[in-house]
Parts: sequence; structure tokens; C-alpha cells
Amino acid sequence: MNKLQVFRNGLLKENPIFVQLVGMCSALAITTAALNGIGMGVAVIAVLTGSNIVISLLRKVIPDEVRIPAFVIIIATFVTIIDLLMHAYTFALYQALGVFIPLIVVNCIILARAEAFAFKNGVVDSIFDGLGMGIGFTFAITLLSSIREIIGNGTIFGLRILPEAYEPMMIIIQPPGAFIALGLLIGLVNYLTSRKKA
Amino acid sequence: MNLFSLFITAFIVNNIIFSQFLGICPFLGVSKKIETAAGMGIAVIFVIVLSSIITYIVQALILVPFELEYLQTIAFILIIAALVQFVEMFLKKSSPGLYKALGIYLPLITTNCAVLGAVIINIQSEYSFIEALVNSIATPAGFLLAIVLFAGVREKVDTADVPVALKGSPIALIAAGLMSIAFLGFSGLQI
Repeated sequence: MNKLQVFRNGLLKENPIFVQLVGMCSALAITTAALNGIGMGVAVIAVLTGSNIVISLLRKVIPDEVRIPAFVIIIATFVTIIDLLMHAYTFALYQALGVFIPLIVVNCIILARAEAFAFKNGVVDSIFDGLGMGIGFTFAITLLSSIREIIGNGTIFGLRILPEAYEPMMIIIQPPGAFIALGLLIGLVNYLTSRKKA
Repeated sequence: MNLFSLFITAFIVNNIIFSQFLGICPFLGVSKKIETAAGMGIAVIFVIVLSSIITYIVQALILVPFELEYLQTIAFILIIAALVQFVEMFLKKSSPGLYKALGIYLPLITTNCAVLGAVIINIQSEYSFIEALVNSIATPAGFLLAIVLFAGVREKVDTADVPVALKGSPIALIAAGLMSIAFLGFSGLQI
């Protein structure tokens, strides 16, 4: 498989959120404002690419039987690095994302890519896979959080785009809105892909 | 805070699924039948209670005295993974019946963010040991309640006439959203 294909796979065809439905917890919880979506996305890209690189480098060293604990420790190391960096440099974002930064450890996307891709492929391919999947995740949660911020607050990235007279639909930025907005968004993606095939 | 209101808050008002969004993967993945959903819920209670006791002790006796708090994430995930493995081996020997009932769900629990989430919340909220224990019983009990109710809804939705594009996970998410509105009714509840 060539590099571009590996990269593009993660963006659309195997998009972690819309198609594989992994990493749902953070996708639902932190997507109340577009900025949170991007922040979470960047953190996931960094952890995913980092852990993919290390795991694919060590794939001949790690014994098959203990690969899952080994993956978890490598991933947890990268998450700790990101956690400390965000605490130091982007404190407001760090507070907005809260418990969901340490929880990147158990985000199924990362373990799934380690198991399905990085453990079987070379370093360069794994980097492209990590970037592609990470960017696909970022794209999906940024889209979802933008929709929720526009409807629920009338703003995007904190800028007002709907007139003051618009009465924000609070429910969309409250928990129920997360489920409903994501359900409709996946439905829309399904509809568009099935029409493209026909 | 008194223990009863702590229990109700963690059980219903701040329900782990509908208001904190922890443990969504198993919530969507193993909620197709009521029996399997209940099995998963009970396994989660088991693991969260045990792991929050152990992580609390590790935090208080090892991480804090040696100023190693930054290793929290790594230490906790290791404890949970080891604990799940241990529980699995223990159940296999001691009660094969329960092991058979929970067997397939146990390994899945390591990557259930509800477990890591609950133990981290215990530490971050600076609960005392008893409060942490109450919280870690109420939290997975809320998970059990949510997943069993949701499985009941899904069994009905399966037979409903749903637009093609919404079949499967999209309609499940929308149903979860509607249930979440019901749980939102409890917010602001003062006890």
C-alpha cells in the first residue's frame, strides 16, 4: 500500500469517528466548543503518531504475549508528556478538557492502531497511519463541535456569527445534544456515502 | 457532603454515561441484549470498586509521599490492567459460574474509560477514603442502570422501521440522546 493511500484511509474511508465508531467518549464529551475539538484533536495526533513510531520500532523486540501491556505503557508515557505540556503551555484548554486528557490512554483509537497497524508495519508507514487517523479524528470532532457551538451558542471559535436575536438552543451543548448531533451527523455521512456508490 | 447525596449524585444526577460520557464504547458495543448488558454492568461494578480501593491506597501511600503524582496515569492504568487480569484468573479458579457469565467482558474492561475515569475523579475531587468508596459504588451502578435501560430500548428499536441511513449506530445514538434528556431532568436536584 502506498503512503498516500495509508494517509487518506484515516481521513475518510476508515474515519475513526464516523466509520469505526471508536474514541466516542472524548468525541461526545468535549465537543461543546470548536476550540476544544481542535485541542483534543492535536493531542490525539501527537500521542497516536508518537506511539505508532515507538511501537513499530519495537515490534521485533516486544514478545507477542505481552504486547498489550507494552502498548499501554508506551501510550501512557506519551499521554503523560502531552498532559504535562498542556498543563504548562495551554492552561485554559487543559482545564476545559479536564479528565479527558489522561483518558487518551484508554481511547480505543490509539490501542486499535497499535494493534492493527503499527505492530505489523514499518516506521514510515506507521507515521502516515498515525497522522491520517489523527487528522481524521480531529476533522470529525472539530466538525461536530463547530455544529454544536453554532447551534447551541451562536458562535464559532468564540466569534459571533448568528445575530444577537438568535435564541441559542441550549440543549445542543448539553449532554443530550452530543448524542443527537453525532447520531444525525453519522446518518448524514452514511447517506452521502451510499448515494455516492449508487 | 453527606454520603447519601454523594451516592445519588454519582448514581443518577451526574450519571456516568449520560452526563459524564465515560464508558461510551461498551455502552454502544454491548447493549444489544439486556442479559449481556447486565453482565457487563456487573463486571464493571466489580472492577471499579476494587481498582478504586487499590489506586486510592497507592496514591496516598506511594505517589504522594514520594512526589510522583505525575506518574498517576501510568501507575493507574497498570494497576487496572493487572487487576483485571488477576480478577479473571481468580474467578476462573474460585467460581467458574460467575467466570462464565463475565468471562468475555473482563478483558474489555481494561480499556473501558469508565474505570480509569472513575478512579481519577476520586483523586481529583479529593474525596476521603469512605467518600471515594461510596462514589465508586454509585458510579458503576449508574453505568449498570444506563446500559440495561438502553439495551431495553435498543431491543425495541431493532424492530422499528428506521430510515436506511440512520440504521444501526446513528439511531442508537439518537435514542441515547433522548434518554439523556430524561436524565437531564434530575440536574439541579437538591437532597
